[in-house]
Amino acid sequence: MTTPEGRPGGKLLRGVHRTLTGLHPALESVLAALLGLLVGAVLMYIWGYDPWRAYWALLRGAYGGDYEIASSIARGVPLILTALTFSICLRAGMFNIGAEGQMYVGAAASICVAYFSAPHPWHLIVGILAAAVAGALWSLGPALLKLTRGVSEVISTIMFNWISRFLVFYLVAFVLVDPRQAQRTVRIPVSARFPVLVPGTDLSAAVYLAVAFALLVYVLLWHTAVGYEVRAAGLTPTAARYGGISIKRTMFLSFALGGVAAGLAGAATTMGLPPTYAIISGLPELMNLGFDGMAVAMVGRNHPIGILFAALFFGGLNAGGRVMQFYGSNPVPLEMVRVVMGAIVLAMAIPELVRLFPAMAKVGRELVQTVSRRRSATEEGA
Amino acid sequence: MNWSYVLDLLRISLHAMVPITLTAVGEIIGETAGLFNIGLEGILLISAFVGALGAKAGGPIVGLLVGMGVGMAIGLVFSIICAYWKGTQMIAGIGINLFALGFVAFGLIKLGAPGFHAVPAEAQLLKLRTPMGALSPLIFLAIALPFVAYWFLKRTRAGLILKAVGENPEAADVAGINVNLTRLLATTFGGALAGLAGAFMSVAWFGSVTKEISAGRGFIALATVVFSGLNPLLALVGGFIFGFFQSLATWIKTLPVKTIPWQFVDMLPYIVTLLVVSGVVGRVRFPKALGVPYKRE
Repeated sequence: MTTPEGRPGGKLLRGVHRTLTGLHPALESVLAALLGLLVGAVLMYIWGYDPWRAYWALLRGAYGGDYEIASSIARGVPLILTALTFSICLRAGMFNIGAEGQMYVGAAASICVAYFSAPHPWHLIVGILAAAVAGALWSLGPALLKLTRGVSEVISTIMFNWISRFLVFYLVAFVLVDPRQAQRTVRIPVSARFPVLVPGTDLSAAVYLAVAFALLVYVLLWHTAVGYEVRAAGLTPTAARYGGISIKRTMFLSFALGGVAAGLAGAATTMGLPPTYAIISGLPELMNLGFDGMAVAMVGRNHPIGILFAALFFGGLNAGGRVMQFYGSNPVPLEMVRVVMGAIVLAMAIPELVRLFPAMAKVGRELVQTVSRRRSATEEGA
Repeated sequence: MNWSYVLDLLRISLHAMVPITLTAVGEIIGETAGLFNIGLEGILLISAFVGALGAKAGGPIVGLLVGMGVGMAIGLVFSIICAYWKGTQMIAGIGINLFALGFVAFGLIKLGAPGFHAVPAEAQLLKLRTPMGALSPLIFLAIALPFVAYWFLKRTRAGLILKAVGENPEAADVAGINVNLTRLLATTFGGALAGLAGAFMSVAWFGSVTKEISAGRGFIALATVVFSGLNPLLALVGGFIFGFFQSLATWIKTLPVKTIPWQFVDMLPYIVTLLVVSGVVGRVRFPKALGVPYKRE
């Protein structure tokens, strides 16, 4: 067999091959997304909906115009940040499922800016910092338990999620409550709000914060010594330890950084989401953003740049899902979107998804062949 | 302080123990064979929902069986992805949990009442009348099962095979054991038990399904597995401890005197879980191949 280099145009072939293998991960994400949408369609069909109409409404509601695209981006903003929480820790070799709780705490902390006044940019910055610090502090609990007692972060972050949820329920009901409207907290004053970018939509300048933080994480992980250590610790802890990398330090760092991201996600939903600029009791605007972030991280292949694209897709699912649930005579509830997300994540768990399709096709072909062979055999016998 | 209050507390604790212990025993079997399923929370949620539907259609026993079957099916999908296709177990588990959140919320809306669906009284599993008050028969199953599982893991050949597959899949493979099939059977069994536990919650305990009926019990069951160090008998103890604190929270909330805000009372089971787990970790040893997909060289 001749190698591509040996033939004219071999260089080009090699380049194409490299591009294709480089695209491979992105292709798998796309396939997983398609698989998830297919599962959603099948379920909708079983429950008596029209999947085509529903997905058409979703697509139009997500990317059908400037307004729709703006709200898709707006829905993606907190997801970028909670996805970073999960993927930073996964890069360091840990499963931080605590973005949900860290985000609640960050959101509650950012509300505190309502109690004092400051000139415009400073007021906003203080709120951002408060949320980031609160998120980081809340993530230290699981990190400390892992360091000192060896408690699995999977269990501790989940328990912390529940604890912070009830803590924020309490804060919303008794401490931060608006004396005039008991069902929500005090509102963020105008001077501490992210300015709205597209009038009439809920896209605010919080998107800059999220994108900047994603780029910061990219630079930190891939272009600094500390980031190298974090990634090395995640890839092969034993080798990293022999190489003189402190696993404890990288773990602590990744948890703190992840906590900051989740805290910022909280700030983005209080200071950057018109028109409420407050936490409503029951936390409807916050609930599940942390878990959805994990799906975004997975589809974004745990890479900050990938996460930006994945967040645009999932933001679109959420924004379009809102349109879908008012569309037509038999509208599909928004929750269908989360079913699709779950199926996508399940598909993402399968390594080499791309190779699975040819394998399944092969099994199918063999089945058809055996059946036809048997049939012809029986026909011959008869 | 009235004695009947204490008896109530004990009775609710015994009920609260059932889902945690059943799920934990199933997960112990699965982890012994080397698969780590954090999708238990999702299995509990889905099977509570479909169990309620099954009970409405064909009575409580059908409801329990439907819940068990669906749990089994999810366990099967999980193990095909993780044992045969070498998928990442943690991510597959997260996928199951996300899917369950959406599926049940969606289903509840479809049934007409967002967030809540009642199981009619005639479709609920009858409770046994005992001197302690009405007890669900599944309590006795949850107490007996850990003993059976203990005997199975320590005294039978199949239990040994399970352990070998979890500790050293290469050696097991050389000895002629089908590693993937063993893992598949163990996890599917674990899924069935989690499914039964989920259906128990809606059909034989609460008498209704909500979006958050599982309330972290799947993860508390995982904590119980850690606490037990893969010993089913300790899982029974752990299940009772965590069940007790969950009921204590409910119990405090029903007391006529309100001193602590309910939000802090509701935190109690999760804080206790953290404390207990951080107290026991370190002395626990898990199978060597836990969480690692087995690939033939």
